[in-house]
Amino acid sequence: MHQILAKQALGPEIDEFQVEAPRVAQAAVPGQFVVVRLHDRGERVPLTLADWDAAAGTVTLVVQAVGKTTREMHERYDVGDGVLDVVGPLGEPSVLVHEGTVLCVAGGVGIAPMYPIARALKQEGVRVIGILGARSEDLLFWVDRMREVCDELVLTTDDGSVGRKALVTEPLAELLGAREVAHVWAVGPAVMMKFCSATCSKAGVPVTVSLNPIMVDGTGMCGACRAEVGDRVRFACVDGPEFPGDQVNWELLIARLAAYKEEERCALDRYRRMVREAAS
Amino acid sequence: MIRETQVAMREQSAASRVRNFDEVPLGYTDEEAREEAARCLQCKKAPCVQGCPVEVDIPAFIGQTERGDFAAAAATIKRTNNLPAICGRVCPQETQCQGVCTLAKKFEPCGIGRLERFVADWEREHGAQAVEPPPSTGLRVAVVGAGPAGLTCAADLRMMGHEVTVFEALHEPGGVLMYGIPEFRLPKDVVNYEVDGLRRLGVDIALNMVVGKTITVDTLLSEGYGAVFVGSGAGLPRFLGIEGETLIGVYSANEFLTRVNLMRAWQFPEYDTPVKLGRHVAVVGGGNVAMDAARTALRLGAEHVSILYRRTRQEMPARVEEVHHAEEEGVDMQFLVNPVQLHGNDGVLAEAECLRMELGPPDDSGRRRPVPIEGSEFLLDVDTLIVAVGNQAHPLVPRTTSGLNVTRWGTLEADDDGVTTRKGVFAGGDIVTGAATVISAMGAGKKAAAAIHRHLAGG
Ligand SMILES: Cc1cc2nc3c(=O)[nH]c(=O)nc-3n(C[C@H](O)[C@H](O)[C@H](O)COP(=O)(O)OP(=O)(O)OC[C@H]3O[C@@H](n4cnc5c(N)ncnc54)[C@H](O)[C@@H]3O)c2cc1C
Ligand code: FES
Repeated sequence: MHQILAKQALGPEIDEFQVEAPRVAQAAVPGQFVVVRLHDRGERVPLTLADWDAAAGTVTLVVQAVGKTTREMHERYDVGDGVLDVVGPLGEPSVLVHEGTVLCVAGGVGIAPMYPIARALKQEGVRVIGILGARSEDLLFWVDRMREVCDELVLTTDDGSVGRKALVTEPLAELLGAREVAHVWAVGPAVMMKFCSATCSKAGVPVTVSLNPIMVDGTGMCGACRAEVGDRVRFACVDGPEFPGDQVNWELLIARLAAYKEEERCALDRYRRMVREAAS
Repeated sequence: MIRETQVAMREQSAASRVRNFDEVPLGYTDEEAREEAARCLQCKKAPCVQGCPVEVDIPAFIGQTERGDFAAAAATIKRTNNLPAICGRVCPQETQCQGVCTLAKKFEPCGIGRLERFVADWEREHGAQAVEPPPSTGLRVAVVGAGPAGLTCAADLRMMGHEVTVFEALHEPGGVLMYGIPEFRLPKDVVNYEVDGLRRLGVDIALNMVVGKTITVDTLLSEGYGAVFVGSGAGLPRFLGIEGETLIGVYSANEFLTRVNLMRAWQFPEYDTPVKLGRHVAVVGGGNVAMDAARTALRLGAEHVSILYRRTRQEMPARVEEVHHAEEEGVDMQFLVNPVQLHGNDGVLAEAECLRMELGPPDDSGRRRPVPIEGSEFLLDVDTLIVAVGNQAHPLVPRTTSGLNVTRWGTLEADDDGVTTRKGVFAGGDIVTGAATVISAMGAGKKAAAAIHRHLAGG
């Protein structure tokens, strides 16, 4: 059992959890994720590590309520509650670059996993420019934390409520045109990573993305997470989750992400019904 | 006069069982067991014992069963086999103990597997005698993987007085017994009961520990474990490598079975993990895994389930009983057929393009090699395709441990005693042999336990 030591709302339906997981905290490096199972009827869901503290024995997870499990976490898991399983750290570490300028582009909850990568890059001594995007101001979080590890920070929102009224690809394209950029990291929703990758390809700059396919075990034994990268089929949980974005078959990834849409809706409806019945 | 045939075991009818996940064979009554036990000739040389990778004293336990002393029979089996209720259900007895049974020269062999199952179930229902492990030697051993190899090695080391911790990547112990073999063939309560027996002996099982990620073998050795046994299995699914294999609706057998067994997708939405299944299901392969996947698909409500196997019935590696059960339940066996390309609509599987095969001359394995018949392409309507063409050694531990040699098949190099190329590291089971059997993994775990015991004693 892994106790929740802190929970803080970062936006509507976005929470930051500190969870006890000493072994994971000791071994974690940027780019990796954990698999979480809430209770003995729960599914195994992958969540990218947003931070960790080896001394305190905790990991930080940022979770947006989307499906049944994440909604359950949002509504029913609080400080003092236990999460049944936290497995990790899983996946390969980010392959960092050591000099030049790097752009770290994060969309939505992708800001959370971007943070430790940007921090590590900063420690390597590269010049880090962050581009954070969200639909609106209330969905943007960790701006101060990101500012600490970025030399420059650009904010964008779809509605212009804060920063530039633009998609992240706009400042990305401008910066790629104006500066000598060694490498780009793009982390966020699949569609956002797809367009960032296309923008980088056009500019001839290498781009790393963090794939988030459906997973079951997260240890390489099922292949649920397979993605096409270049000409090869790769298992995102053990060969990734980071891959060169220009080589990813995005249509396939996006289609496979939607494979269980009906079942997800069914599980969510059932959960909502149960919550309503429990309340009345 | 000796009965020529085995006492039949009652089972659920095919019609009723294809709609539930309950176990198919129902077990012997006391009387049936004693009647079957009476068929044993009590051979002095007991070829059956040599046919058993863990050398269960078969004539002794069968004699005790015949006399009705079931508790003594259970104790006899448990002297060398810690997982009897499992072995009685899933061992390929026809090629092991029963294959060399003297009775088999003229009649049906003695039903050793059925009797083992009976005795183990009897003990579970009547309460096992507590076994006291010897006092602790204070020496610690780490076991990687809670499959049959790891569990057996752990139990034996514990009975030699050592302190054992098993590190398991998944959230439940059992390995393939838990995530692979379905409930209707091996009830999970049976696995849990046998694993609990090890816990009662004092074996510590640490779950959710991915060795190579959460902790490495090197760290375990430096943290005071005197030896490490690697029993991490052959969990890496093999795909066909044909076009269209990433379409939605194509599963590895591992994914399909893990969703259903370990994650209990057959009870979705009471359990959170779903499994998506179409009406026309094809399973590619001819082993136990393929049979399990096909029979599981039927139980989940598929209208039509076929097995596509590129050789013929004679070459099928599955246990005879599994093939028989699958056919009874309505699985459509298509021999000499091999899929070559998968076609989809909007990213979802729709058709499998297949070739008909014929058997050519024998290959390295001695089996006749299937060769495609030119121009024999045909299309099969399928919305789910399950690939069950084998699993390879799990690469994580070999990749993250220094000094371990691997073969060109990715398996760990180890001798008959499980000794690897790294001092203090032993290995056995599917990680060494490639996908094999429960009992051979157990046998390897046993041999390694003895070798580790000698290693700890400084030998
Ligand atoms: C569907 C199916 C049906 C089968 N049916 C039969 C049958 O009827 N009869 C029969 O005899 N055999 C059968 N087999 C084969 C048999 O199950 C295996 O040969 C046997 O389980 C191998 O045992 P093992 O202990 O070597 O490995 P496994 O059972 O594979 O156990 C390995 C364990 O190690 C864990 N592990 C892996 N990597 C790590 C790591 N890095 N850190 C920690 N833990 C790790 C795994 O999670 C797993 O629990 C079947 C196999 C399958 C897949
Ligand atoms: S999630 Fe199972 S192999 Fe990646």
